[in-house]
Amino acid sequence: MDEILKTCLYDRHVQLSAKMEPFAGYWMPISYSGIIEEHQAVRNHSGMFDVSHMGEIRITGKDAIPFVEFITTNEINSKPFGKVIYGLFLYDNGTCVDDLLVYKVASDELFLVVNASNVAKDYTWIVEHTEGFEVLVKNESDDWSEVAVQGPETEKIVMEMMQIDLTDLTFYTFKNVIWNGHKLLISRTGYTGEDGFEIYGDAIAIPEVWDLLLSSGKILPCGLGCRDTLRFEASLPLYGHEISDQILPIEAGLGSFVKMEKPDFIGKKALLAQKTAGLVHKLVGIELTERAIPRQGYEVYSGDQMIGHVTTGYLSISTDKCIANALIATKYAIIGDQILVLIRKKMVPGVIRNRQYYKKNYKQ
Amino acid sequence: MSKVVEGLYYAQSHEWLKVEGNIGIIGVSDFAQAQLGSIVFVDLPEVGIQVTKEVEFGAVESVKAASDLLSPISGVVIENNQAVIDDPELINKDAFANWLIKVEIANPSEIDQLLSAADYRSISK
Repeated sequence: MDEILKTCLYDRHVQLSAKMEPFAGYWMPISYSGIIEEHQAVRNHSGMFDVSHMGEIRITGKDAIPFVEFITTNEINSKPFGKVIYGLFLYDNGTCVDDLLVYKVASDELFLVVNASNVAKDYTWIVEHTEGFEVLVKNESDDWSEVAVQGPETEKIVMEMMQIDLTDLTFYTFKNVIWNGHKLLISRTGYTGEDGFEIYGDAIAIPEVWDLLLSSGKILPCGLGCRDTLRFEASLPLYGHEISDQILPIEAGLGSFVKMEKPDFIGKKALLAQKTAGLVHKLVGIELTERAIPRQGYEVYSGDQMIGHVTTGYLSISTDKCIANALIATKYAIIGDQILVLIRKKMVPGVIRNRQYYKKNYKQ
Repeated sequence: MSKVVEGLYYAQSHEWLKVEGNIGIIGVSDFAQAQLGSIVFVDLPEVGIQVTKEVEFGAVESVKAASDLLSPISGVVIENNQAVIDDPELINKDAFANWLIKVEIANPSEIDQLLSAADYRSISK
């Protein structure tokens, strides 16, 4: 077992008496004041997350854009510089290596942000596919720390405290700034369904940002616990749950991030074949009609027939409903149909619904 | 340091049992509620259901996790605590005042197999 790493904010988490757990090789805060309070802070005010565990991979060289077009599902070429683009890496069979954000820096430079638990796998996979492209792939994960500041009051507080103008950053765009002598990359992105920013910098800069923003007294430190409840309500997928090497992105409802009209990308052929043959599974929403909590891995039934399983489920904090994402056999994926979820030997009734559990509150 | 109440019996799995004649009152310990954090849901058996010593009879759940409840004693459920079902966080406020179920004890000799308050205190640090 490798040693568990600490982010540059570790000492601060301990000082704040955070509940710490190993996650993706790092000691990460799960919660500070409590998941519910932190969740509500992000929905109603502002909360800040240490997400320094995320992976950063830089692609440079003449073929940077065509290369990333080839290894990811979304369309990059037509997007302006300064844009952030959500996409996926796929295996040849169309299932997911990972999902990622592509920061379009320059014609010869793209900055990729990937899941912490997949950095090593992603890096190896990317390098394996560079043949024929003039690119350099660099894993910069150890050089970057990151905080995500999220919630409707975030913009005002961050601009006041940091004395920088962020009004020009529209949804899913980024800019580089020099702040207090530090180089920061700031994007209007996040993983909560609320407006907010992700701020990248080195291990000297990010603790300064953290301390300053917390000193406002208006931003609550938030852990990975509520990061999951927030992203789930906003129907944002998580690798290992809604997407994985067993699931096609088009089964997971991510078709709009998979540009089949692109000339070629890894996994395209398999997706075309699957579309023709018909999809085996589909990701749906489930709402229980009795109070119980449908959790990951629980089996889903139509009558006596097992039709799939829950990928993420909660007693939703923002809606007080017992809801879940479930990957089920396509022929049963009919909105309004009755299903059952097996919870501790009991069949709990529910209905299939859309996955828009919470209306996203982005600033465009 | 979590609270342990004298005069109750305790299971290794962190349930407590209070004996009143042939009636057993069952709850979870203060240690268990502190480990779980905010409890958002409790799943309790209906009246008339048979529970068995060391067998799951329900669950207490936080936002992130479900924790099975194991019965400290065998018997038949004669009451479940509606107040706790309606407001599960009562358990966080006082895990001993807010019991979960009452059972009619089937086999009183099972009581002796449970831990005393002193023994439980030593395993729940």
